[in-house]
Amino acid sequence: MKNRTKLPAVFLGIILVILYLPIALVAVYSFNDNKITSIWSGFSLRWYETLFADSAMFEALVNSVVLGVCASFAAAVIGTLGAVGFTKLRMRTKGTVEYLSTLPIMIPEIILGMVFMVFFSLLGLPFGMTTLIIAHTAFCIPYVYMMVKARLVGMDKSLFEAARDLGASEARVFFDITLPLLAPAIVSGMLLSFAMSFDDVIISVFVTGVNVNTLPIKIYSQLKTGVTPEINALCTLMLVATVCLVLLSGAVGRIGKGKKAPRE
Amino acid sequence: MSQPILELHQIEKRFGDTQVLKGISLSAAQGEFITLLGPSGCGKTTTLRIIAGLETPDAGRVVLEGRDVTDTEPNRRDVNTVFQNYALFPHMTVAANIGYSLKLKKRPKDEIAKAVDEALALVQLTGYGKRMPSELSGGQRQRVAIARAVVNRPRVLLLDEPLGALDLQLRRQMQIELKALQKRLGITFIYITHDQEEALNMSDRIAVMREGRFEQIGTPAEVYDRPRTSYVARFVGTANVLTGTVKAVDGDAMTLACADGCARVQTLGYPFKDGQTVNIAVRSEQVEFEKSAEGCGLPATVKEKSFAGGMLRIALALADGSELIASRHGIDIGVAAGDKVDVTWSAFHAVPVDVEGAHE
Amino acid sequence: MNKPVTRAKPRRSKLWLTVLPMYAFTLVFVLGPLVYMFVLSFLERAEGWGVTNAFTFANYQNILNPIYLDTFIESFKLAITSTLLIILIGYPFGYFMAKLSPKWKKRVMLMLMIPFWTSSLIRLYGWIIIFRANGTLDKVLMAVGLTERPLKLLYTYPAVVVGMVYALLQFMVLAVYSSAEKMDWSLVEAARDLGASPLQAFLTVTLKMTLPGLLSGVILTFIPSMGLFFIADLLGGNKIVLVGSLIQDQLMKAHNWPFAAALSVVLMLLTSLMISVYKRVTHSTELEGLL
Repeated sequence: MKNRTKLPAVFLGIILVILYLPIALVAVYSFNDNKITSIWSGFSLRWYETLFADSAMFEALVNSVVLGVCASFAAAVIGTLGAVGFTKLRMRTKGTVEYLSTLPIMIPEIILGMVFMVFFSLLGLPFGMTTLIIAHTAFCIPYVYMMVKARLVGMDKSLFEAARDLGASEARVFFDITLPLLAPAIVSGMLLSFAMSFDDVIISVFVTGVNVNTLPIKIYSQLKTGVTPEINALCTLMLVATVCLVLLSGAVGRIGKGKKAPRE
Repeated sequence: MSQPILELHQIEKRFGDTQVLKGISLSAAQGEFITLLGPSGCGKTTTLRIIAGLETPDAGRVVLEGRDVTDTEPNRRDVNTVFQNYALFPHMTVAANIGYSLKLKKRPKDEIAKAVDEALALVQLTGYGKRMPSELSGGQRQRVAIARAVVNRPRVLLLDEPLGALDLQLRRQMQIELKALQKRLGITFIYITHDQEEALNMSDRIAVMREGRFEQIGTPAEVYDRPRTSYVARFVGTANVLTGTVKAVDGDAMTLACADGCARVQTLGYPFKDGQTVNIAVRSEQVEFEKSAEGCGLPATVKEKSFAGGMLRIALALADGSELIASRHGIDIGVAAGDKVDVTWSAFHAVPVDVEGAHE
Repeated sequence: MNKPVTRAKPRRSKLWLTVLPMYAFTLVFVLGPLVYMFVLSFLERAEGWGVTNAFTFANYQNILNPIYLDTFIESFKLAITSTLLIILIGYPFGYFMAKLSPKWKKRVMLMLMIPFWTSSLIRLYGWIIIFRANGTLDKVLMAVGLTERPLKLLYTYPAVVVGMVYALLQFMVLAVYSSAEKMDWSLVEAARDLGASPLQAFLTVTLKMTLPGLLSGVILTFIPSMGLFFIADLLGGNKIVLVGSLIQDQLMKAHNWPFAAALSVVLMLLTSLMISVYKRVTHSTELEGLL
């Protein structure tokens, strides 16, 4: 009996170890002194020094951060307003627009990348940061929209009515009641959006300009050609940042739960 | 009589295929406590929401202090609501909740603080201002919701089953407190409940609602003692409703032939004619088991006795098979299941209901 | 009393402004590109760069060309293999996870989410380190004595499959977990009580109840595993060509946009088909465990 109950735990444990193995290897080898990744020749921070001196890499990082921030912010504005409006409005085209707006996370990235590329060149938009932001915003909107919508559905409608009843205009209700109560959902949606944008290779490859590199594009081209342990160092730093981000979003979620409407 | 504070004129409202309100009219005076009483789904809450401005009627007018506010937004009406589930803003402290309407009016900070303290004192929650709603008990939330709604001194306060979520003991206590509060503030209350006891206890007037119409509007005594329809008679204080034909009218009372017997009933001044079919209502506590002085009674068989709420409930079967309920204080009343008895009541305790043309 | 003619109209007049950005963005940057892709797939390729306005079915016929058809079939096979492996690992993972205590549920979820949120390139790079000749795996295997020579697993079919499974596993886990979590476990107990063996109870109750999660997981893994060209690229070298790689090549190298569009339309139709089957089977509008 005891063995039977332990089997799931063992299974979960093994899979989790395998999940972490490649990541751990990358991190460990980032401290390797040797230029050849697979040969260990002592602890060193030299690749971190190389990384910090690499201005092209730094530029890619800045691009990625700017892109992620812009896209997740635009998605937060469009997605939140859309979700709030759609729960109140009864429009005939609502279902269609809702479906279309969530399409970017349903259809394969490769298609999204390809259609953006051909469409942007049809419009004559210069490929670069603008096209990147538009494309990334498109696949970030669904994350914000769905999270905010889920939160709105669970929210007590009488809260908004109470505010109206107490003298607030529609706009005041939005800023005083709706927005504060939605904040946790919006922030989680933005964090998820940022993470997705920061990680995106496929769509970025299609819509970026010749001279604009994002971090994933830069890493991708390095991995394809010559890998230097500098990449290990970069990956390790990104890993640390990711862990922080996950913990942060967990904390945001907890704050959100702590302030949920009281139930009898 | 001075100008009414609130008037509803022939309000109609439909949601999809259902006509929720079928032309209701009501007039409330300054400081009056009016209860809308009815089962769930009768349109009480919709009526309240229309007064608050949260819904717009399809037809009819809402007049507040002589001003037509039918199309006025809820934030521009001098009416506040205590919501059924309180609807306290979970992200604001108790003080911020109560002071919200004053903040919207851009009152100075110290004035708001003072008003909030007064409102808290009014609902006996002094010192609770810094708490979050989630840290309060159900009864306390209820009080905060009331304080938030009255801090602005609205012309009319709307209360949607405010005591529905509380347990019986707390309910009783809050009924007394609410009534006292209303007297002190002198604000007109429009109160919703499906609990007839609550309605009879607190109201100046009760409006009994049924399927989007007012069946009767009157003081608790009028509604209880002189129900206008059999529906009101059954819903308020659960009366027996019987049907009979007029045998003889003598002054203020008349005799009916009914279920192989005879029954006495008031005429209430209606011009009844011999042979006319009449519905009458009799309260169970007025039903007695002997020949009445007028020598009139209905033969009945005792079916069962049960004890509930401090009263003995006796179910009887009349000769025509219909059921009649009698009630008594105490347990032993000298009849047992299967006994044949004659039931009777004094003419003064029975009223005719559903009389044609009786509606105002 | 006459009611006013203009009634309630001024009330909600401004609310539509809130959905305007979403309408505009969605119509211009989602519907627009998709429509253009569709149109493009019927146009004729111009010499060198760009398209002409001539209508043609040639792009679709071109897919049936053995070279490209093979790619489709190979890509399909790879997607099926990956998806089956993902089900084998991800289903029990999600199922067991749903049965954990709330405290452990949270912990395992966090442990699962960290790799998920980690850049997919970092994770791929880890596998490159493991698979490459004289890499971690070879060294371990040779040290244990299982093999004598390096296996040189990098740039092989199995390496790509491992990469796919690794990149997409979490989607399956989350989808299965999401529906297993909602499941009423007393139904399983009831089935057992009525005489079902553990296997029978699983097949008749548990599997049925978690089917939405499983199907959602299949959609979320099968379709991407035909498109994630960079995995095939980095772990498979030039040997394994996915539909995704084909689209990328046609677009970036061959500059045959209409053909790339036709390929995308086919892939898109396949996706819609799977989603509509999912909706038919589960009677739900949203994919289980998508967020």
